Amino acid sequence: MKRVGVVDYDAGNLTSVKTALKFLEAEYIISSRPEELEETEQLIFPGVGEARTAMQNLRSRGLDQFMRDYFQSGRQMLGICLGSQIVLSKSEEHDTTCLDIVPGTARRFSRNSGLKVPHMGWNQVYPVRSSPLFADIPGGISFYFVHSYYPDPQADSAVLATAEYGITFTSVLQLDNLHAVQFHPEKSGKWGLKLLQNFLNF
Amino acid sequence: MLQKRVIVCLDVKDGKTTKGVRFKGNIEVGDPVEMAEEYYRQGVDELVFYDITASHEKRGIMLDVVKRVAEKIFIPFAVGGGIASLDDMRAVILAGAEKVSVNSQAVKNPRIIRQGAELFGNQCVVLGMDAARDTGMPSGYRVYINGGRTATELDALEWAQQAVEFGAGEVVVNSIDADGTREGYEIPLTRLLSTSLEVPVVASGGAGSSRHLIEVLSEGKADAALIASMVHIQGYTIHGIKSDLSNAGVPVRED
Repeated sequence: MKRVGVVDYDAGNLTSVKTALKFLEAEYIISSRPEELEETEQLIFPGVGEARTAMQNLRSRGLDQFMRDYFQSGRQMLGICLGSQIVLSKSEEHDTTCLDIVPGTARRFSRNSGLKVPHMGWNQVYPVRSSPLFADIPGGISFYFVHSYYPDPQADSAVLATAEYGITFTSVLQLDNLHAVQFHPEKSGKWGLKLLQNFLNF
Repeated sequence: MLQKRVIVCLDVKDGKTTKGVRFKGNIEVGDPVEMAEEYYRQGVDELVFYDITASHEKRGIMLDVVKRVAEKIFIPFAVGGGIASLDDMRAVILAGAEKVSVNSQAVKNPRIIRQGAELFGNQCVVLGMDAARDTGMPSGYRVYINGGRTATELDALEWAQQAVEFGAGEVVVNSIDADGTREGYEIPLTRLLSTSLEVPVVASGGAGSSRHLIEVLSEGKADAALIASMVHIQGYTIHGIKSDLSNAGVPVRED
């Protein structure tokens, strides 16, 4: 199995991602140091919390440029939850400038529709085209979400899957060697584990 | 579409699962880790482990349970019971819990909600609230603490709203009147909270049949229903309950 780097930038708890990787018998390291993460073949960047703090944490560790370079190197990357928002150009959360790997904006769900925010719970995910990330995972399978902002990429071609919560929003982004899921595969039961396994198989 | 959640609650005392009736007379029903694995296999959406261990010295046992659960099940789970400080919160979160539920301690020290939400995020902090009917209160329900034994001066709706303002990302409302009766959830209370609060509301107390879950998830407007004895003792399976819900038109995760 390939060596996977998990980016630790103080954005929430990494225990569940770590446990899932252990369960899948992946060879992984968890680090906040670019020079260590550079030695990996795949990168996972989980995250919960708030975009501005997350970006500050990335910058102070030199991880922002590292992530852009990693993307340019063509190696496979998987963002989780907040990780699917910080790859965009910016976030509406405190009007934060993000990594700008995928052109687009992280937008807040509107409360006007009477919807509860955060969007919390299991929701159905519909891939809009076939992808090795969803190999052997049927369309409409539910994954576990907890978020108040969602990725809104500029290009339709960056939308790999959608979900419904008052509106149809992008639940999975893809640009070249970067995939990013708004839900938590590490907390989404057997199908979440399957998705992580699919990524590890890339 | 967002699915309605079925959550199983395991009361854990000295490392064993128990199920109480009307907050007293707990009986032992099994090993919490094995039970969690079984419900995970059956398709439960979430789990709550409630530590009812009396002595503080034995709290390490619970953390061990949490760690073992986190290694085996890959769905969100919450831990509650006796969470009195940020250190308590941190310990269960680092052990692998997704959420921490605060109840009596939040009434005594509401700051714990705000501090927990700031440190771990709103989604991590769940307000657990025990409430009983009381016509003297504005909403018709009074908040109780210490496992339902001690009445407070708090109105259930006002307290829940305040806790959400402080940063609670979810509210579990347990009806003392209904708890352990198996005669159904307290629908008016659940509905009142669910339609007044902007965060998800989990109904708790009183489930005895699939019909009760259907009622509380439709009429009661709950986002999730918490069950215990139905699966621990009465012999229902999660799969069976979910298929009943699905047949009644309640959207649930079935796979």
